[in-house]
Amino acid sequence: MSRSLIVLCMTVNIVLPLPALTQNSTLLLRNTTLYTASRGSIEPLLATDILVQDGRITNIGQKLTPPIGVPIIDAQGRSVTPGLFGGLGRIGLEEIGLEPSTGDYAQRLGQMRPEFDVSLAYNPESMSLGVHRSNGITFAMLAPSSETNSSIIAGLGAPVSLNGSAPSTARSMFIDLGGDSNHLSGGSRAAQFMLLRQAVIEARAPNLVMVHDERLLTPAGRQTLIDFLKGSGPFVFDVDRASDIRQTIAFVQAEKISAIIRGGGEAWRVAAELAAAHIPVILDPLNNLPASFDLIGATLENAARLRAAGVTVAISMRSPGIDEAARIRQAAGNAVAHGLSWADGLAAITRIPAEIFGVADRFGVIEKGRLADLVLWSGDPLDVTSLPELVLASGKEQSLQSRQTALRDRYFERLKQGTAH
Amino acid sequence: MILHNLNNLNRLFLSTLCCSILAACTSIGNHTQSSVNISLIGSRTLYPSTYVAAVSSPVLIRGATILSGTGARLDNTDILLSEGKVIALGRALLAPVNARIIEGQSKWVTPGLIDVHSHLGVYPSPGVIAHDDGNEATSPNTANVWAEHSVWPQDPGFTTALEGGITTLEILPGSANLFGGRSVVLKNVHSTTYQGMKFPGAPQGLKMACGENPKRVYGSRGIAPSTRMGNVAIWRAQWIEAQEYQRNLQEYERKVAAGNKDANPPKRDLKLETLAAVMRGEILVQNHCYRADEMATVLDMANEFNYKVTAFHHAVEAYKISNLLAAQGVCAAMWVDWWGFKMESYDGIPENIALVDAAPGGCAIIHSDSEVGIQRLNQEAAKAMTYGKKMGLTLPPEHVITWLTANPARALGISKYTGTLELGKMADVVVWSGNPFSVHALTEQVFIDGVLRFERSAPHTTPESDFLLGQPATALTTPVTP
Repeated sequence: MSRSLIVLCMTVNIVLPLPALTQNSTLLLRNTTLYTASRGSIEPLLATDILVQDGRITNIGQKLTPPIGVPIIDAQGRSVTPGLFGGLGRIGLEEIGLEPSTGDYAQRLGQMRPEFDVSLAYNPESMSLGVHRSNGITFAMLAPSSETNSSIIAGLGAPVSLNGSAPSTARSMFIDLGGDSNHLSGGSRAAQFMLLRQAVIEARAPNLVMVHDERLLTPAGRQTLIDFLKGSGPFVFDVDRASDIRQTIAFVQAEKISAIIRGGGEAWRVAAELAAAHIPVILDPLNNLPASFDLIGATLENAARLRAAGVTVAISMRSPGIDEAARIRQAAGNAVAHGLSWADGLAAITRIPAEIFGVADRFGVIEKGRLADLVLWSGDPLDVTSLPELVLASGKEQSLQSRQTALRDRYFERLKQGTAH
Repeated sequence: MILHNLNNLNRLFLSTLCCSILAACTSIGNHTQSSVNISLIGSRTLYPSTYVAAVSSPVLIRGATILSGTGARLDNTDILLSEGKVIALGRALLAPVNARIIEGQSKWVTPGLIDVHSHLGVYPSPGVIAHDDGNEATSPNTANVWAEHSVWPQDPGFTTALEGGITTLEILPGSANLFGGRSVVLKNVHSTTYQGMKFPGAPQGLKMACGENPKRVYGSRGIAPSTRMGNVAIWRAQWIEAQEYQRNLQEYERKVAAGNKDANPPKRDLKLETLAAVMRGEILVQNHCYRADEMATVLDMANEFNYKVTAFHHAVEAYKISNLLAAQGVCAAMWVDWWGFKMESYDGIPENIALVDAAPGGCAIIHSDSEVGIQRLNQEAAKAMTYGKKMGLTLPPEHVITWLTANPARALGISKYTGTLELGKMADVVVWSGNPFSVHALTEQVFIDGVLRFERSAPHTTPESDFLLGQPATALTTPVTP
C-alpha cells in the first residue's frame, strides 16, 4: 500500500491566500482552443490567440503579434471558455450552513417583503470566493431563500462578479412555489397564487383603501413589486411539479411579466408550453429522483428534453450551499452525458445565465472589446479531470490560491515529514 | 452528514430516565427467550439474508481494459464470469457453451462499486414525513436499533445507484445519536424484503457519531450531551457498562464450558449486546467524525476500552492526521468537495482523499451519504484523483479504483467476497463505456453475482420500485427526444 510521494515542481511555500488581484491584466494567450459561447457558436476556434490589454480583449485571431512587452502565455492548444456561472446561491451570503450568525440569505420577519434585497449582505471577502475563483467561477447569482417565517416572495437577488467588486445593479425577484412552500401559504399551493394576486393588486393600486392589517405589503414592498411588474427585472419562480409550472405560466401571461423557472424538475413535461411562452429554465441536471411528490417525473434527461423542445436552459445546483458552485461544471458535464449538446452544456453555465439575469454585457461570452472574463483549462472544460490554469475575472487575473490550498500545503508538508498525527 | 430532517427531531422529548425504563422493558419476558444466545450477539443469522443469486449464463468480456481492484491494470484482457464468480482472467479465453460474449474493446471493466455510507431505504425518496426513518433521535444511545428494520426496499434510489455501478452498499442509521445503532450491508438487488438484499455473511456495523450533531440534538432539549466533552463522557459510561456485560457473558461462557448446567446467562439487553459484539470484534465500528482532534480522541477511547475503529466516516479533516490513521490501520471515508455546511466541515479540502491515500499504509475511501452522489462515485474519485495529481502525486486509474472497491470492501469486512476481480470472488462487475474517471463515462452493464442487473442499451421499461410503477409523471417510458 505504501505510495511514494512524488513532488513535482511545486515547492510548497506557505502561500497566503490572496484576494482577487486588483491590476487589470495585459497578456497574450497563444494557441488556444477557444469556446466563445457566443450565440450560435458550436465548434471551437482552433489555434486562436487572445490579446488582453488593460483588462480588455483587444483582439482575437490566429498568429497575432502582440505589442512589445506584453507577456505571452502558450496555451498549447488547451481550451479557453468564458468564466463560469456559480449558480443561484449563497456565495458571500453565508459562511457556515448551520450557524445563523453567518447566514443572511433569508428574512424571517413573518411578513411578505419583496423589497428584501439580499445583496446588501454580500461579503466579497468570504473565503468561499477564493475557492470558487480558483475553480474557474467568475460570477454568480446572489439568491434569497424562503424560510420558515418569511414568505413565498423571498426577495431580491443580484448577479455579482467574484472578483471582489460590488454586486451588479440588476435585480431579480425570487418566489418559491409548490409543496415545499405550503408551510408559507397556509398549507395549500392554491393559496400561493391567491397571495401573489393579492400582492399584485396592492402593488398596482397603491392608493387602494384597505384596513391596514389586511395588507400584505409595506409601502416599500408595493413600490418594489410595481417596479418589477413594469419590467425592472425578471421573476424567478422556484417550482417543480408540471401542474404548478402550468399555473405559473398562466400567472406570468396574465400579468405580462418576465419570468424564469428555477428547479423545474418536471419541466420537460411542459416543455412545449415553456418554449411557446419563452420562459427559460434553470435546472439541476443531477436532480433525477422523486425526492418529493412534486418530482415524480424527475430525470437525468430533463435538460436534453427541454433543449430539444426549444426551451432555454441554464444550470444551477439544487442546493444553495456555498460549496455547491464547485459542482456546477460536473453537473453540466452530466447533462451532456445524458443527451444535451456540449455547446448547450457550456452555454448553460456561461452565456445563458448572464443573459437571463441581465449581465450579458459583462459575463458569459468571449468577444473582442469586452473585459476579459475567461478561463484556461487543463483539459475538457466540462470534465471533472480538468482544472483551471489561468482565470481572468472582469479583466483581472485571479489567484489560484485559496484558504483550501493553504490548508493543503500545510498538511502535505507535514505528511512528507511524517508528522501528520 | 447531515442530520436529516432537523425539523422533525424535536417531536419526542423523552428523558434519559424514561429511555432507560423503555430499555429495561425490552428485557422483560420469558427467561428462556430473553436469555442470551451468545452465538447470536453479533448476529449474522438473526433476520437472516434470503438473497440467493439467480442462475445465470456465463459471461465472457473480451479485450477490455480491466482495473482489477488489486492495484493492477490489465489491458486488452478477457474476463470470464460463471456461476456467480470470477473464474478466469487472461488473453484469448474460450467462451463456454451458452456464454454471453461482450466485446470489450474500448470498454473498461471494474469491480462493482461499494458505498460504505448510504441512507437509501431509511431516508428514501420521496422524502415525506412518513419516511423519516433514519434517526431514532430519542436517546443519545440507541445501540439497540438496527437500520435494516427501517429499510424500505422500494426506494427508487437503489435503482439509480445501480445505474451508477453500485453493487454493494452499507445502510447506516443517522448521526443524531452518539451510538446510532447497527448498520446493514446490502447487495444492490431489487427485492420485496430487505432480507432479500442482505449481503450473506457480511458483519453488521455500529454507527457512532462525534461532534456537532449529538450535542446539538440533545443539548437543544436541555439534556446530555450538550458539549463535546459530554459526548465523550456518555460514550465512556456506556462502554463501562458494556465491559461489565461482556465480563458477565464471558463468565457464563466459562461456566458452560466447564459443564455447569445451572449457569445463568445475563439478561438480554439489545444495547449492550451490540456494544459487547463490538468488543468481541463481531460488529465493526463505523464512526461519523469530522474533526482531526476528535478522531484522535475516539482512538484513545477505543484504546481505553479495547475495541477497534474500522473507519471514520465524513472524515473531513482526515488529511490532518493521515499518518496517525495509517499507523492505527483505520480507514477514512470521505467526500471530495463538501465543506462549509457546518463548522466542523469548514476545513474540508478536495485533496483530502489523495493525502490520506499518500500516507504509507493509508486507507482512503470515497463515500456518498447521498442518494445523488451515490450515482456517480466514479466521478468523485476522478475529482479526488485530479486534485491529487495537481499536487504531484502519482495516481493511476488502477490505484484510484481501490477507493471505490477494495478499500470499502475492507471497511465492511467483506474483502474475501467482493471488491476485487480475483478468481473466485463474487462476479460483481461493471462494464464502462470508457475510462470510468470521466464525466462522460457511463455504465453499460452491471453484474451482481454474475447476474445482469442493469444494461444501458436495454433499460427497464417499468420501474423496479413499486412506488414509481404506474405513476403518470414518470420519465421511464417517454422517449428521450420528443
